[in-house]
Amino acid sequence: MLGPKVIVVCALLYLGLLFAIAYWADRRADRKRSVISSPTVYALSLAVYCTAWTYYGSVGRAAASGIGFLPIYLGPTLIAALWGTLLLKMVRVSKAQRITSIADFIASRYGKSQVLGGIVTVIAVLGVVPYIALQLKAISQSVTIMQSYPLVNDTGVVAAIPILQDTALYVALALAAFTILFGTRHLDASERHEGMVAAIAFESIVKLVAFLSVGVFATFVLHDGFVDVFDKAAAAGVMKTMTVASAGGYGNWFSLTLLAALAVMMLPRQFQVAVVENSDESHLRRAVWMFPLYLLLINIFVIPIALAGQLTFAGTAVDADTFVLTLPIAHGQALLSLLVFIGGLSAATGMVIVETIALSTMVCNDLVMPGLLGRWKRIPPPSDFSQLLLRIRRGAIVVILLLGYLYFRFAGEAYALVSIGLISFAAVAQFAPAMIIGLYWRGGTHAGALAGLLCGFGIWLYTLLLPSFAKSGWLPAGFLEHGPFGIALLRPQELFGLSGLNEITHCLFWSMTFNIGAYLYFSMRRQPNVNEATQATLFVDVLKHERPFGVALWRGKAEVHELSRLAERFLGVERARYAFARFADQREVESVDQLPADAETVHFAETLLAGAIGSASSRVMVASVTAEEALGLDEVLDILDEASQIRAYSRELEQKSQELEAATGELKAANEQLKEIDRVKDDFMSSVTHELRTPLASIRAFSEILQDDPRIELEQRRHFLEIIVSETKRLSRLVNQVLDLAKIESDNADWHTEDVDLGELIREGAESTAQLFAERGARVICEVPAEPCVVTADHDRLMQVLVNLLSNAVKFAPQGGGVVRIILQAHGRNFRVSVIDNGPGIAIPDQRHIFERFRQGSGGTEKPVGTGLGLPISRRIIGHLGGRIWVESRPGKGATFIFELPVNDGA
Amino acid sequence: MTKTVLIVDDEPNIVLSVAFLMKREGHTVLTASDGQEALETLVATSPDLMILDVMMPRKNGFEVCSEVRVNADPRIARMPILMLTAKGREAEMKKGLSLGADAYITKPFSTHELVAKVNELLARSSTADAQA
Repeated sequence: MLGPKVIVVCALLYLGLLFAIAYWADRRADRKRSVISSPTVYALSLAVYCTAWTYYGSVGRAAASGIGFLPIYLGPTLIAALWGTLLLKMVRVSKAQRITSIADFIASRYGKSQVLGGIVTVIAVLGVVPYIALQLKAISQSVTIMQSYPLVNDTGVVAAIPILQDTALYVALALAAFTILFGTRHLDASERHEGMVAAIAFESIVKLVAFLSVGVFATFVLHDGFVDVFDKAAAAGVMKTMTVASAGGYGNWFSLTLLAALAVMMLPRQFQVAVVENSDESHLRRAVWMFPLYLLLINIFVIPIALAGQLTFAGTAVDADTFVLTLPIAHGQALLSLLVFIGGLSAATGMVIVETIALSTMVCNDLVMPGLLGRWKRIPPPSDFSQLLLRIRRGAIVVILLLGYLYFRFAGEAYALVSIGLISFAAVAQFAPAMIIGLYWRGGTHAGALAGLLCGFGIWLYTLLLPSFAKSGWLPAGFLEHGPFGIALLRPQELFGLSGLNEITHCLFWSMTFNIGAYLYFSMRRQPNVNEATQATLFVDVLKHERPFGVALWRGKAEVHELSRLAERFLGVERARYAFARFADQREVESVDQLPADAETVHFAETLLAGAIGSASSRVMVASVTAEEALGLDEVLDILDEASQIRAYSRELEQKSQELEAATGELKAANEQLKEIDRVKDDFMSSVTHELRTPLASIRAFSEILQDDPRIELEQRRHFLEIIVSETKRLSRLVNQVLDLAKIESDNADWHTEDVDLGELIREGAESTAQLFAERGARVICEVPAEPCVVTADHDRLMQVLVNLLSNAVKFAPQGGGVVRIILQAHGRNFRVSVIDNGPGIAIPDQRHIFERFRQGSGGTEKPVGTGLGLPISRRIIGHLGGRIWVESRPGKGATFIFELPVNDGA
Repeated sequence: MTKTVLIVDDEPNIVLSVAFLMKREGHTVLTASDGQEALETLVATSPDLMILDVMMPRKNGFEVCSEVRVNADPRIARMPILMLTAKGREAEMKKGLSLGADAYITKPFSTHELVAKVNELLARSSTADAQA
């Protein structure tokens, strides 16, 4: 039913369908109605990660080691969580710099170095060729199985077939033709291959549907669901222990997970679809969950298929790597097996196409171009080499696929599918330190990246690739067992005596150790130079900038027509002129001729060219037609600083306006406070005038009375004159106190601080008021400790306070029976002086105001003589001396005025 | 006919000088040293005129003035009030007049002006009484 012709026709029809999809998508893109501007298509295209190795090999690995296949999918699932920042950074940098490949990316990061680009390309080609070989092997094997349908165990021996009859060769050539059609229609590699992406997304659906179909067939048709499969497998004794320990232990589990996590970012084809082909940063958000979901779906049936296969083929020689295909064949499901075959073809072709396009771009831009540029310095180059570039790429595609074929033919038999894939993973993982650290650390230098890559790659060659050659019989086996020249310490798979790890983990450990170590060591040996620092900032700070600002980092002389001629030579006249015209439009000048030959134009030309020949070569080419002045490191940093200052400026503006609002609020508050102060001052002035007017009124009234009537009796006349004199005294006292208060409040008072013994002060105070007490018939009692109580104070000011308190006390004391007690005592770190009278006391509400200006006590029946400024002045004096003063009183029980001053113990 | 003048002030010297001036004019003098005392004396004696200070303990002159003007006894309610105070601002003078004071003299005052004003107010009120 399924003759060889049917298989070939179906395969060709399928490829034709893919090409139709690609063609359609390209046409749509030309008409600006892109089909790939969908986050779902982007996420599906990432599933190019799942190759024939996933499709066939996972089942093989599950049959051998239970859940051992899982780390390859856990790694990508875990690292997808970081895509929001890590991949976003890579995408944004690549957009800004028109990065064309991972080699270009690393070269660009470390100062647009041609050497680095070349090294990365070599590593990528050597590392990935086995992986391509694996796809060829899978396709040719599946074709062979289908051709021998319904026999399932006649897989034949590849080496026995003459090359020209080998299916794999024709598969390789067919894929090369197909890839050329897909990938090199345009030259500008940074321009997205929309058709290719659409086809890849379609293939991702096909392979998922095919694999799920086999899974459903194995689980629900052959058996009664998952539980049934597992039960039967357990009964038949083919059930593996599904634990990490049985899958190689946690060390290997961890290293495989890490390896896969790095590979999904570093594989040239993953970089191609995830970064170069990305049409919109926002697509990342869907990919972050949809890609892991895809991985989950394609892995659900791996174990059931493996178990069903082992149940079906118990005792036969059928390779577990072929279960996906042989299972439906063995059960006579022709259509299903055809679908599976197509699915496998999808997985393999998708990988091969994208990987080869990515590699051919790298080979062309980072290996061949620098060589050609070197040659053209001596021999004049052809005027238009856009066609030459296309031919280089096409040639690279053919060569890479043939290399893959040769590897498959001569080494492919040595290993199971999974092992070949892991060798590639370990090779591309060497890019990770230079890539990832370089995105977050400015200190990485060209020398560091070069040393890291070379060390890592060297270790990979020595511990993984050479042993694989040895196992294929190309190197003596003793090399593995005893080390080169019999040096045991250098045994490739037990390097420096490290044993007990599997070969992949062993390689990953040593290569990463040397790679990262060398990267850091050589990076830190010297400061980054101008180029490195410039590129480092553009890469590390890419998320901080709204738009790229490479523009300002160039200074020199350039001719616009030289630049456009250069672009024409690489891109073709038509494309180059179109790009320049669009740029002229953007800059709002009438024609290309009027473009200013400034940094922006040069930058445009360089990025335009970078899209075709890579950033490193582009820089060299542009430099050849312009006269660039070297910028010093300081200048570059200044320019970068300026750019960040502009960003900072807008932030600052916003902040300023907030500050302004706050300041306005403060101003309002201050204004209110000023008004309050003004009001208080007004009240004070009004009180002062009032207090001045009252004695003045008496003085004027009595003076006029005396003036009007000279016949007033002598006795009365004398009384009136006494009043005039005493009111005059009151007036001057008031004036003095107002001035005194003003002086203290404005801090203009002179203070003579010295050691003052409070006991001595109290005795002096009592003496100086003795006359007053005698007049009022009052007694004063001093209770002072014998030892001196020394404080730091202005003696005269303190005396002023004490006399004020004493005269207040005697003023309010009952006529004839007044007793005033002065008590001095230590109170904690203070000395406390209390002046206690037996007068009427002060009402509680008045106590709060008694220290305010012109608030005299009103307890007495007779108006007390005073200015209303004594206590306010006393409070300010005590406050100035670092103490406090207050009143305690209960109406009817006298009042106690207390002040405290800190003890001066000579400290 | 002698008139009775009530002098209300908390400054004894002011009371003394004003009392001297009123007696010299032949008036009978009553005194009070705060607002509360003034109201009590007022009700008890019903004087012909009151000379009233503002800043006083217990009850200030403004309060006394407005209470007098709403007194049930028309003789008291219509009694002339002369405010004699150290509060010399325009606003305070207006406040006193609007509360019902008939004249407002600020301290320090001219004795002649005070005497003249008192006599004028007494004459005006007796004319009004005669007409009533």
